[in-house]
Amino acid sequence: MKAKNREQSLSDSRELDGSYDPLTDSTEDDFELSTVCHRPEGLDKLQEQTKFTKKELQVLYRGFKNECPSGVVNEETFKLIYSQFFPQGDSSMYAHFLFEAFDTNKNGSVSFEDFVMGLSIILRGSINDRLNWAFNLYDLNKDGCITKEEMLDIMKSIYDMMGKYTYPTMQEDAPREHVENFFQKMDRNNDGVVTIEEFIESCQKDENIMQSMQLFDNVI
Amino acid sequence: MAAGVAAWLPFARAAAIGWMPVANLPMPVAPTEKNKRQDELIVLNVSGRRFQTWRNTLDRYPDTLLGSSEKEFFYDEETKEYFFDRDPDVFRSILNFYRTGKLHYPRYECISSYDEELAFFGIIPEIIGDCCYEEYKDRKRENAERLMDDQEDNKDSKLPNMTFRETMWRAFENPHTSTMALVFYYVTGFFIAVSVITNVVETVPCGSSPNQKDVPCGERYTVAFFCMDTACVMIFTVEYLLRLFAAPSRYRFMRSVMSIIDVVAILPYYIGLVMTNNEDVSGAFVTLRVFRVFRIFKFSRHSQGLRILGYTLKSCASELGFLLFSLTMAIIIFATVMFYAEKGSTSSKFTSIPASFWYTIVTMTTLGYGDMVPKTIAGKIFGSICSLSGVLVIALPVPVIVSNFSRIYHQNQRADKRRAQKVQKARLARIRISKTGTSNAFLHSKRNGLLNEALDLTGSTEDERHHNKTTSLLESQHHHLLHCLEKTTNHEFVDEHLYEQNCLEGALQNYTSRSPSLSSSGGLTGTCCSRRSRRKSAHLPNSAMSPGPPHGLQELSAVHIHRSDRPPLSTSRSSLNLMPDEAMRLNCKSGQITTAIISIPTPPGTTPEGDGHGPPSPSVQTTAGSSVVKVSAL
Repeated sequence: MKAKNREQSLSDSRELDGSYDPLTDSTEDDFELSTVCHRPEGLDKLQEQTKFTKKELQVLYRGFKNECPSGVVNEETFKLIYSQFFPQGDSSMYAHFLFEAFDTNKNGSVSFEDFVMGLSIILRGSINDRLNWAFNLYDLNKDGCITKEEMLDIMKSIYDMMGKYTYPTMQEDAPREHVENFFQKMDRNNDGVVTIEEFIESCQKDENIMQSMQLFDNVI
Repeated sequence: MAAGVAAWLPFARAAAIGWMPVANLPMPVAPTEKNKRQDELIVLNVSGRRFQTWRNTLDRYPDTLLGSSEKEFFYDEETKEYFFDRDPDVFRSILNFYRTGKLHYPRYECISSYDEELAFFGIIPEIIGDCCYEEYKDRKRENAERLMDDQEDNKDSKLPNMTFRETMWRAFENPHTSTMALVFYYVTGFFIAVSVITNVVETVPCGSSPNQKDVPCGERYTVAFFCMDTACVMIFTVEYLLRLFAAPSRYRFMRSVMSIIDVVAILPYYIGLVMTNNEDVSGAFVTLRVFRVFRIFKFSRHSQGLRILGYTLKSCASELGFLLFSLTMAIIIFATVMFYAEKGSTSSKFTSIPASFWYTIVTMTTLGYGDMVPKTIAGKIFGSICSLSGVLVIALPVPVIVSNFSRIYHQNQRADKRRAQKVQKARLARIRISKTGTSNAFLHSKRNGLLNEALDLTGSTEDERHHNKTTSLLESQHHHLLHCLEKTTNHEFVDEHLYEQNCLEGALQNYTSRSPSLSSSGGLTGTCCSRRSRRKSAHLPNSAMSPGPPHGLQELSAVHIHRSDRPPLSTSRSSLNLMPDEAMRLNCKSGQITTAIISIPTPPGTTPEGDGHGPPSPSVQTTAGSSVVKVSAL
């Protein structure tokens, strides 16, 4: 058989298969060679940079590596992992915001260092550090202030995690109302945005928030 | 929660920092580890082979042997290791399950020993990964059949207490059960053969008498053949009636293929008996005789192979259909072509297209009778093309049918596909149940957790409290996380049924006053439903603060205490805005909830709601709170 016929038959079978994308001229079943394999810096260096002990870092890394053998988490895996904890609702939006917050150098993947830095602030940092981190999470476009739209997105993502089967039944405007309350509490000068100073100040005044921030001391 | 990501639970809990600043309620207390152990290596000695793993790895699946406290029974104090007297090879797969979250089935392993090991270690086989699940199910099915065959041989000798009818049915279905059944089997077989041979011989021309031409034997020895026929039909009728009597489900038996064949086999005779007098329909009567040949199909009860053939044809219906369809297409095309090609020639047999069909079929199947031949050159050319393509068209679907037949013949199973579908459905159902088990586990442990706190308040003894702490630390941490989410959004998780119940009841319920059912047992199982038992409380000063008419104070038997309208607390405002007349609307959303806050009446002083309401209704009082709690604890 001539080579031409073989090519012809190959393309015919590709057509039947449906795995061939003529636009991009690539076959779907080519496996991507995952050359990405990131190794974190040494344990000692990480220990200096974060406030975890060696053993804690070891435990964290073992868990991290188990789920992401290549050493970095991309957003899809991140969302998948996070959704395992919330079987009833849809946690993908909140996971997306979390991913943005952890991915400090904005390269689309979270390495172990990013992961551990973030955790160090949340679990071992001072209250102010934690509040700062939370502010950073809310401030989607990182411009230093939280607008109502940003807060609404965050609130919706939190409410989405509850899912459909709730008591009382989830109303459509529950997130919006919650955002209004939030702004009433936080926005001192009523300019429609919450700056970092306003945020920290209001949080420090609120007993509940201060107390709940203490929750993170014993997580690891 | 998939235990494979149990290691990420600290991360998930840390991520809850995003909820704290927006929550308006205090967060529940986090579960603490009573005796915080550093992660340690434990040694599992399985028949001499030592496996080591982290304790955390095993804790991922707390409802298995290795993950629960059951393994303490196997702890050897002297060597400080856990000893199991089991197969170490299979244990490899089991330990890998803890490590990777996926259970694999090693192909070289015997299926029953593998099942035993799984049962011992408390792992359900349904979670075998998709990569190995097909293999596992196939092997299991094979094994089950083998066991069933063995069993049937043994079983037949037992079972003394069967009714006469049941014994008869078993005798019919399985001739090896008793000698009577065997005799019956052979007698019917013999008579089927005799009947078929009679039908055949009937038409053979017997010796001719000098003055007549050959007559078929049937007409020569009419009486003899008639007697034979009668005898056979007698036997068949008796057999059919006996089967009908013995069948466990007569309706189903009458619908089965074999019984239809039986009926068709004997019907012509009776119709013939009735119709002999009427000369006009004797033509039809003759045709009826054709149906007597169906008696040969009665052999399929006697031959397994025949049944398999029938089943194969049934299951290859699509391939057969394709064969038929492609042949029909080709026949029509070639017949048309041949007709028009041969139109010109004189005295051509191709008088019409349907007449050409016969030629096309005979040529395509390479029969070539020669009764119709093309005479023109064009006709000959197309005729040859027709015969060549005929070979191809027939050769294509045939191997598919053949391979189907061989596959089915080797497997020798009847409702293979139907059973597999049921199994697949059952498997998916089990996996779904275990997944919903996660959310149910949370709801379940919520109630348990509240019960625990209730017991704490009443100062119960340690034993009672620990009796209820069945969840592992991992689970309790996960539940704490979900609880924080509930606090943040000020909504609660419920399971699907309760949610739907809520919808229905909310729509139907008007403010009928119900007595505050402090039914303790009811409260624990259905905290949600009892929450809805409203009571119009006359003495509700709070109602003055509420935007609308008095909302009934919802009283709970469980530990939850609903405070009614709390204007200062903004989160409740959304639900408070529901006017009672909205409840009249048959709308799930509206006919609902008046109160919003669910708080646990732990240290009375610290509840942020405070006791600003003074002495309104008894249940609001925190001192009374403990008494409520006491009741529910019973």
